[in-house]
Amino acid sequence: MNTNLPEQYTQDYKYLNNQIEKIQPKWLNEIRNKAFSNLSKIGFPTQRKGNEKWKYTNISKLAKSSFSFESEESPYIPNKNFITNDSDWTNLIFLNGKLLNNISNFQKADNNITISKFTDALKNPKTSQLIKTHLSKYSQVESDGFTSLNTAFINDGILINIHQDTHITKPIHISFISHSNETPTVSYPRILIIANKNSSSNIIESYIGDSKIDSFTNSVSEIVLDDSAKISHYRLLNESDNTYHIESSRVTLKRNSNFESNSFSRSSKLGRYDLKVNIEGENAYCNLSGLYLTSGNQHIDNFINIDHIKPKGTSRLNYKGILTEKSRAVFGGTVWVREGAIHTDSIQSDKNLLLSEEAEVDSKPALFIYADDVQCAHGATAGNIDAETIFYMRSRGIDLETASKLLINGFANEIINNVDIPELKQQLEKLFLESLPKYKLDF
Amino acid sequence: MKKNKPLIEIKNLHVSVDDGIKILNGINLTINYGEVHVIMGPNGSGKSTLANVLSGRPGYNVDDGEILFKGENIISLDPEIRARNGMFLAFQYPMELPGVRTWQFLKSSVDAIRLHNELPELKIKEFDKLLEEKKDIVEMNSELLKRSVNEGFSGGEKKRNEILQLSLLNPTFAMLDETDSGLDIDALQIVAKGVKSFHNNTNSVMLVTHYQRILNHLNPDYIHVLIDGQIVKSGNKSLSLELESKGYEWIRESISKES
Ligand SMILES: Nc1ncnc2c1ncn2[C@@H]1O[C@H](COP(=O)(O)OP(=O)(O)OP(=O)(O)O)[C@@H](O)[C@H]1O
Ligand SMILES: [Mg+2]
Repeated sequence: MNTNLPEQYTQDYKYLNNQIEKIQPKWLNEIRNKAFSNLSKIGFPTQRKGNEKWKYTNISKLAKSSFSFESEESPYIPNKNFITNDSDWTNLIFLNGKLLNNISNFQKADNNITISKFTDALKNPKTSQLIKTHLSKYSQVESDGFTSLNTAFINDGILINIHQDTHITKPIHISFISHSNETPTVSYPRILIIANKNSSSNIIESYIGDSKIDSFTNSVSEIVLDDSAKISHYRLLNESDNTYHIESSRVTLKRNSNFESNSFSRSSKLGRYDLKVNIEGENAYCNLSGLYLTSGNQHIDNFINIDHIKPKGTSRLNYKGILTEKSRAVFGGTVWVREGAIHTDSIQSDKNLLLSEEAEVDSKPALFIYADDVQCAHGATAGNIDAETIFYMRSRGIDLETASKLLINGFANEIINNVDIPELKQQLEKLFLESLPKYKLDF
Repeated sequence: MKKNKPLIEIKNLHVSVDDGIKILNGINLTINYGEVHVIMGPNGSGKSTLANVLSGRPGYNVDDGEILFKGENIISLDPEIRARNGMFLAFQYPMELPGVRTWQFLKSSVDAIRLHNELPELKIKEFDKLLEEKKDIVEMNSELLKRSVNEGFSGGEKKRNEILQLSLLNPTFAMLDETDSGLDIDALQIVAKGVKSFHNNTNSVMLVTHYQRILNHLNPDYIHVLIDGQIVKSGNKSLSLELESKGYEWIRESISKES
């Protein structure tokens, strides 16, 4: 089958193979080889007809474009604004997929957590075994060309292993900077997070960049929460508007575990976040909230799925979008309640504020219930600011612009207020509230 | 003393909506400083439309006539300018403002009007003090101030919130559109008390109502009956008692006999 995969990927794959084949364990080479041959077979999901997962997002331009992979560290020094200065955070800074050791900051003091590059972790029998047990066990290589591509290039991944009964309050911040200089560049961030029994932690993933030409970030993460583990996960997408961002995240929840996810998308030419949470233990909880603010010609696609497999699970899904100018947003996602997942409690909602007539949203949440005795609700809305509401405020002396701003901020704040890390919250308020592009006022 | 000087003069006001339907057909009404006027009339007769048009709500076309407020024709002014000049409308159906905290909303309003009057914005402490004082008048639960405006408020709480805004903004012309509807007996007294404590010789009230009840608490100077977009009868307080016992049909009949 001819998948029209740009030749560059094959070249880069062969080149990387030559470099690492002898160093990497055999099982990992096998995973990578299988992934690459799968990619050659299925290609990228350019066919949208009958493909519910990609119905509203057209990736044909991305699929045709050639991006090269930097196997060496780039000499480029990233913009200072990209780097959080909080010295008591753990800061891992990647540039085009390579960890920058000199400006990263591992909190070595803590023995209860392992943070390690795959290349290092694979040298240690214990961590190597951990990676072998989990890596590529949750991500969907076979059905997803992008995940195959990322998997074929696994080398510079990062392992975060939070030991049993450990409570880490200071955030672990992973920043992925994408930067194309002269040639369009692709990077393959790969994250494996294991939260062991009864642990808790805060993890921030930032995707940032300032590329003046096309670039491509193809990220895959796998997150496992063992019994009673808790993770507060924050994700920020703020790459340049020349960047294609395709990200897939697979989360597995064991008994009594608790996963809070807060996703904030502000930019990129095409940004896709494919998050799936599998509730594989009884009484697990997840709260997935998201805010996207789109402008210009941006296209943001959130594909958020929750699979209730075991009983007594609770899931909350609350995404909100503010669309301006000619931007587009897509919200897709399904909550499944499998047979036997009794006493599931699930609410799913996506609300959109369309501030321009040229902006468009396709919001299609779905719900499939195969179990009895469950409580589920879902809904989606899209509309401009309500003119009546604006009039109410104006009749109290508040001018049109302030009134709109109060309402838009109110809309966004519901999500931003979930953020428990003050420094991050401040940054988000700047990005989402203070930088609203001029919107059309036609009341 | 400004008493007996006109605050608002409505002259031959004709209003239609976008699909050409005429709703107000030549309203003439003058309200002087210090007066309380009551507008009564059957459902759909145009009472809310009158109040909305006076406050500058978009969506209505003024086809003819004038609205003079403090001597100035205000027809082309935006609603926020009218509000800053001293107009206030307590809504028949107050809006919910999701995500906008009541406290924030009230402070923004008070400050907008203060700035217009060349007064500085209130400091947080000063505003809190003012709010504390005013919320006691309407016996408003402080918990409600922390919530989004009107979101999850009961019908009665929304109406009280309108009167709280009336007390805070202290306008010269207050229009109350059925603020007494849907209130229990105690709440009605509280709302009436709020209006009474606001009203004096330097301001005026236009009250839209279907019921005699609230008129027992306030002392209206005039009752006007609005039917099919026209004021067809005006009188003193006794007219409202007559309407309460006889309804509107006799007025319709007497008009058709005249014409
Ligand atoms: N924006 C609008 N567009 C179309 N029709 C309107 C609009 N506003 C009012 N109307 C119509 O004008 C008429 C008068 O409405 P209005 O709300 O002023 O009545 P009202 O006297 O306040 O009635 P009620 O006692 O039921 O509150 C009604 O037939 C109503 O449907
Ligand atoms: Mg009305």
